[in-house]
Amino acid sequence: MIHSLFLINNAGDLFLEKHWKSVISRSICDYFFEAREKAVEPDNVPPVIRTPHHYLINIYREKIFFVSVIQTEVPPLFVIEFLHRVAETFQDYFGECSETTIKDNVVIVYELLEEMLDNGFPLATESNILKELIRPPTILRSMVNTITGSSNVGETLPTGQLSNIPWRRAGVKYTNNEAYFDVVEEIDAILDKSGTTVFAEIQGVIDACVKLSGMPDLTLSFMNPRLLDDVSFHPCVRYKRWESERVISFIPPDGNFQLMSYHISAQNLVAIPIYVKQNISFFETGSSGRLDITVGPKQTMGKTVECLVVTVHMPKVVLSANLSATQGTYNYDPVTKILLWDIGKLNPQKLPNLKGSLSLQSGAPKPEENPSLNIDLKIQQFAISGLKVNRLDMYGEKYKPFKGVKYVTKAGKFQVRT
Amino acid sequence: MTFLYLGHNCATLGEIFELKAELNSDKKEKKKEAVKKVIASMTVGKDVSALFPDVVNCMQTDNLELKKLVYLYLMNYAKSQPDMAIMAVNTFVKDCEDPNPLIRALAVRTMGCIRVDKITEYLCEPLRKCLKDEDPYVRKTAAVCVAKLHDINAQLVEDQGFLDTLKDLISDSNPMVVANAVAALSEIAESHPNSNLLDLNPQTINKLLTALNECTEWGQIFILDCLANYMPRDDRESQSICERVTPRLSHANSAVVLSAVKVLMKFMEMLPKDLDYYGTLLKKLAPPLVTLLSAEAELQYVALRNINLIVQKRPEILKHEMKVFFVKYNDPIYVKLEKLDIMIRLASQANIAQVLAELKEYATEVDVDFVRKAVRAIGRCAIKVEQSAERCVSTLLDLIQTKVNYVVQEAIVVIKDIFRKYPNKYESVIATLCENLDSLDEPEARAAMIWIVGEYAERIDNADELLESFLEGFHDESTQVQLQLLTAIVKLFLKKPTETQELVQQVLSLATQDSDNPDLRDRGYIYWRLLSTDPVAAKEVVLAEKPLISEETDLIEPTLLEELICHIGTLASVYHKPPSAFVEGSRGVQHKRLPARAGSGESAESPDVGHSGPSEAPPAVIPSQGDLLGDLLNLDLAPPTVTVPSVQPSMQMGAMDLLGGGLDSLVCSSRALGGDIGGSPSMGAGLGAAPAAMPASLGSAPTVGGGLGDLFDLGGGVGMPTGSYVAPKTVWLLAMKAKGLEISGTFARRGGIIQMDLSLTNKAMSVMTDFAIQFNRNSFGLAPAGPMQVLTPLSPNQTIDVSLPLSMSGPVMKMEPLNNLQVAVKNNIDVFYFSCQYPLSLLFVEDGKMDRQVFLATWKDIPNDNEAQFQIKDIHLNSGNRNKYVLDRVLQNYSKKTNVFRDCMQKQMYDSTSVDSLVHDSLLLKGSYDAILKIIIWCNRIC
Repeated sequence: MIHSLFLINNAGDLFLEKHWKSVISRSICDYFFEAREKAVEPDNVPPVIRTPHHYLINIYREKIFFVSVIQTEVPPLFVIEFLHRVAETFQDYFGECSETTIKDNVVIVYELLEEMLDNGFPLATESNILKELIRPPTILRSMVNTITGSSNVGETLPTGQLSNIPWRRAGVKYTNNEAYFDVVEEIDAILDKSGTTVFAEIQGVIDACVKLSGMPDLTLSFMNPRLLDDVSFHPCVRYKRWESERVISFIPPDGNFQLMSYHISAQNLVAIPIYVKQNISFFETGSSGRLDITVGPKQTMGKTVECLVVTVHMPKVVLSANLSATQGTYNYDPVTKILLWDIGKLNPQKLPNLKGSLSLQSGAPKPEENPSLNIDLKIQQFAISGLKVNRLDMYGEKYKPFKGVKYVTKAGKFQVRT
Repeated sequence: MTFLYLGHNCATLGEIFELKAELNSDKKEKKKEAVKKVIASMTVGKDVSALFPDVVNCMQTDNLELKKLVYLYLMNYAKSQPDMAIMAVNTFVKDCEDPNPLIRALAVRTMGCIRVDKITEYLCEPLRKCLKDEDPYVRKTAAVCVAKLHDINAQLVEDQGFLDTLKDLISDSNPMVVANAVAALSEIAESHPNSNLLDLNPQTINKLLTALNECTEWGQIFILDCLANYMPRDDRESQSICERVTPRLSHANSAVVLSAVKVLMKFMEMLPKDLDYYGTLLKKLAPPLVTLLSAEAELQYVALRNINLIVQKRPEILKHEMKVFFVKYNDPIYVKLEKLDIMIRLASQANIAQVLAELKEYATEVDVDFVRKAVRAIGRCAIKVEQSAERCVSTLLDLIQTKVNYVVQEAIVVIKDIFRKYPNKYESVIATLCENLDSLDEPEARAAMIWIVGEYAERIDNADELLESFLEGFHDESTQVQLQLLTAIVKLFLKKPTETQELVQQVLSLATQDSDNPDLRDRGYIYWRLLSTDPVAAKEVVLAEKPLISEETDLIEPTLLEELICHIGTLASVYHKPPSAFVEGSRGVQHKRLPARAGSGESAESPDVGHSGPSEAPPAVIPSQGDLLGDLLNLDLAPPTVTVPSVQPSMQMGAMDLLGGGLDSLVCSSRALGGDIGGSPSMGAGLGAAPAAMPASLGSAPTVGGGLGDLFDLGGGVGMPTGSYVAPKTVWLLAMKAKGLEISGTFARRGGIIQMDLSLTNKAMSVMTDFAIQFNRNSFGLAPAGPMQVLTPLSPNQTIDVSLPLSMSGPVMKMEPLNNLQVAVKNNIDVFYFSCQYPLSLLFVEDGKMDRQVFLATWKDIPNDNEAQFQIKDIHLNSGNRNKYVLDRVLQNYSKKTNVFRDCMQKQMYDSTSVDSLVHDSLLLKGSYDAILKIIIWCNRIC
């Protein structure tokens, strides 16, 4: 099982270590540093590193490497999932998961890690249970603590751990009972030079914020459940009912959680909301090049495309860009070689265009590789797959909750090749 | 044990004093504050161990928070203050009876974390109670505690019967308890390879499946992994388990999904293929695998490594999902490379156009490793999908036109393979390739180009010039290029004998005289002798038709694949290596096999458990030079009587006029060389003078004579005493891995009996007794002929030498490498496993002379399609008699026990080093002339 955890920042400083079994010397991290150096980019460090006696499994989150040490055969996904859970818990507790917040809250971090794993076996990883055991820090509480001398360690039994519904604590009470659902869809796509779709799929999630008293039993149904053939549910969802009736029936955890995620890969269902006309070329002589990019709406069902950003990863030899944008602002970073064009709202009447010249390092040969465009965008009140929630019913409790559904479509890994 | 590190500090004396006073205060609040301060100091790395007794005094409290803090302190410092820690025992024992289940659980959990022997003794009673506690939360915590205790003191856990209690917990009513019991048992089982800890039967399986639906995600992983070890009785049971596991495929936790995939992949093996459910299941497997690819990069990587296995086993699952493996610009490099690999595995006629377009796109990316692999992938597509070959070749030519150095080199390497697969089809591109000759600076690309020039020498006008240009820097080239150059020039010579005599002599002398690489030298001599005796034969040998290569070369070997499928989701599946050769601590791993399909002849029960046993096999080890020499010298079992070869220099035979004066003068320059070619008796005499010096000179810088000696007839005139050479003992088992027992050893053959010579050294503090030894099944059925005789107990620091006679009557199983032997040694302390390798010469019998008919029959056993036959004229084989005799023995021995030799011949070995070493070995065996020829033919076909 998971033996130890080391947290290492981007500069290579080991700033926290935690051992659940015997202590393993931090020199084990030398193998990690070696791999880190070899990978150049932090993102490229291999997730599983073999050392003579141990295996190091690591993830990279918010400029921190979470490096875990295992000694016996343990499913690597198990370890990676757990590390993700650790990072999410820190995020949840401290608002952000960074070196500073971890150092500031080191005692809580330590208590959390102790509760999350026992001898390498996961103990309590549900945020609801953890919050019962160890209360998250708030300004108010730290003030109260100083005055009253109480602490952030819960005095109660983590009741959830004993029940059959470990994700929900008992005796929840709200004055305003409300349940909100966000349908968030991300389009992952690769378009080739000519604008044809090489590959496209939709990653969707339904995030929920449920603040309901007691033990509510909810049923969520869709107008078009047939769209969903590849789904992953939160453990609270009754899978059998989904199989037989295509409705989502569950007793929700308290607060924020991800109800389900789904994946739509059928080509005909994935609409591409915009088109990009681009021409980036470099001249054989003269150490220069030309750039011309136009973006226009395609399949948006009448909705407005917002927060449109085009990112171009330029070849190394490109020194500067002298461009003019008909809309939005552009910025070329000569260090990272990234051209960022922030367009904002897409106006179908007046298509945004970015045009101008690029200057190259003199004497350098014409770059071989083609720069690739990454697109970021957002469409409010619209799920690009067409998924629609039909209704939400509540059983088991008497009050009338306030309900709401929001849709949003975003670009995931949306790439245009040139 | 836990501690945090934030830089080294030391609490000052003043601070300690102050805290001490506060800890002993009467006021509860003050006490609590003080403990908090102590913990805070501890977590930032200050040493507050001096306060141990004061903090432990605070333990007896009903304040949960204070208790927790004291426990944290205890876990951190107990190890350094074991005597003090005993003071805490009473409180622990008391807490284990507390009415609050949380406190009971906390106490048993903390106690297990204190790795102090004295404490563990006191832990047993409370633990026993907690395992039977009425509250499931306590039971589930206690289950994990058994695993902790086992880690500290395994014997104690067994003696106290905790394992049985743990097994009972599998049938517990609470799903969390079941999950934790399974997890604890699985961890314990890893260090107990043969114990039947997780004895699964239909009832327990049913319990597990019920618990699966209700326990936490982590518990589901443990249960699924445990289920995967079960072998259903029939296809109906298998189907019902599959049906109940399938919902897990929709779990949000990817580790649950992959563990479920493992169970399904394994159990569907038993379902009849015509069953409707089988098809449904296949369809259900694809979406979750695709979903894994939209997760974070690290998860993707592990998923991709596993999908690689799944695609090899059941390509139908993902055959329509090619597009999800398309590489995205911002994928990390490790994901990109894996995706590429899977794309090629999924490539088929239906999707090849798409795949090629993508690969071409990738070949213009920035990352060099990725670009290389993409170019290579284009070549693999050409070989895999015949219809696409033409398109692939033209894509490669386009890429060569880019003149990007590494792209060109990579392209040439793959074009060579395309030539091998489709001979006489795309030779028109050779001209383009030749244009890029100068830019090649990597050995593999140079070797590939040289191969192409040699292979198609007759179509390249200036082939001799091209090859000559490479010859100039011959000694600076890597071995790969040198070998290729040697072969290519010999090919050229055989195709255009008139113009290239000088060139061939030059390369032969470079290879044989100026090189200290035995492979190169030997190949040089073989060619030389071939050319000088019979050019026609040489032509048939060197220019023999080569077998076509297939796309299967990079597939994982089926038995390994089956085993890895049973281990989906584990580290083994990430590394594509058998779990046995793996993580330390898994001292023995049960080999898992896929179950047999119902009605496939084999009954379902028979493959239940694969063979188990000591299998901490290290990865295949290529014997070092020293071992090789050991083999070589050990070999000589020849009787001292020597048939004096007739003095009849074959030089004067057919090839004389071909090679002309150049060779002649060369021969004259070295007496030994003459001796070789002619088989002159002076050779034997010359060598006989210094047999002992031979091993030393062979490895590093042999003289020509020495080199020849190893080639032909080393023992011929020397007549070494039977079995004189025994390799020095090497350490097989390190003391630190075997609780103080160190074993070193070697093998010898004395008077026809194989013996294993062992030195057992006791490096521990206590006396060792009751030694016993056992072998795992191995290639030649080696087994101890009697028990190991260690009569007196082995006291500390004492060494005992034992000779263990071996028989060859044990069970046979092919090992990798062939001469690998896995051994288990037992003493009063534990059982230890190690593996070692024995020289093959150990197995040669003294009286192995084979009847001519038998030899021929054995030879013919090798399938004909691996064989090329031809007549060699004018050779006097008198000198070869004895050599043949030796090889006969080898063959006889091989065929007697296994069909190793045939296996080697059948196996399409593409790896040139293994071929070279085989040629080398057979030469070392002083094989008869025609046997060597046969090997050369074979090698030439695959090189």
